[in-house]
Amino acid sequence: MEDKLVIGGKEFKSRFILGSGKYNMNLIKAAVEQGGAEIITLALRRANTQESESILDFIPKGVTLLPNTSGARNAEEAIRIARLSRAMGCGDFVKIEIMRDAKYLFPDNYETIKATETLAKEGFVVLPYMNPDLNVARDLQNAGAAAVMPLAAPIGSNKGLATKAMIQVLIDEIDLPIIVDAGIGKPSQACEAMEMGAAAIMANTAIATAGDVPSMAESFKLAIEAGRKAYLTGMGRVLARGASASDPLTGFLH
Amino acid sequence: MVQINGESKDAANKNLYQYLVDEGFDISRVVVELNLEIIPAEDLKNITIKDNDSIEVLRFVGGG
Repeated sequence: MEDKLVIGGKEFKSRFILGSGKYNMNLIKAAVEQGGAEIITLALRRANTQESESILDFIPKGVTLLPNTSGARNAEEAIRIARLSRAMGCGDFVKIEIMRDAKYLFPDNYETIKATETLAKEGFVVLPYMNPDLNVARDLQNAGAAAVMPLAAPIGSNKGLATKAMIQVLIDEIDLPIIVDAGIGKPSQACEAMEMGAAAIMANTAIATAGDVPSMAESFKLAIEAGRKAYLTGMGRVLARGASASDPLTGFLH
Repeated sequence: MVQINGESKDAANKNLYQYLVDEGFDISRVVVELNLEIIPAEDLKNITIKDNDSIEVLRFVGGG
């Protein structure tokens, strides 16, 4: 049976989601062609009259757009942005991102639950970005979230799985795809999260700021696939103490 | 005066669709909110801008 990621009834072969904050055409091309990304995030901003190009021109058909609510400071603003984004006619997916903290850009879990509840009732496929906490994740699930997106480390920090233990609890206890978002800085960290049982990885800065963007996009793809395969396979056991010979003892020398 | 994306404009009594086109907005790539209400693209031509209206014209950009 083919292993697929299912979010809001939609199937994806890829488990790599591109955040497009630091975007240019090369990044999107690399993420789709070398990274295999099938979901790309977007943000809504005021239009001006001088624009000659749109990010939508660079995203190939067939890629699912995931508008986020960045800029929102409370549930009300996030709901407003989500409704406006849906009116752009690019589908029902929305990533809720609500922040009051400008230094660490940590999401406001309480407001995120409120926004999730309203938007899920309106038929949105809601993917909330959250600070990993089991009770909050349960509330998000009850509110109708289609997946949960815990942060690994502060946005753009490339610091890796700083919240590893809490993310593992969510993976073990929450019956929704757990998508690790923010802070993943290297393919090895993406692989580790996938080995733990994460459903997908979202990254932007790690790829956008790499020496060779297409090569790093491919590195992430391979790492995510390796981690997923290892998770599905089941890890080898860890000894509590001592050693266990992996070679047969020949009896030759002693 | 009318507020358009936070700026005061002399746009009262003009047709909303025509005003946005004349200002140079790419209508196919924006969503328009009039006094906090989303205006479906097909309705833009039926709306006359009124004094004190507040209009937001938004588009997608890169964002995480």
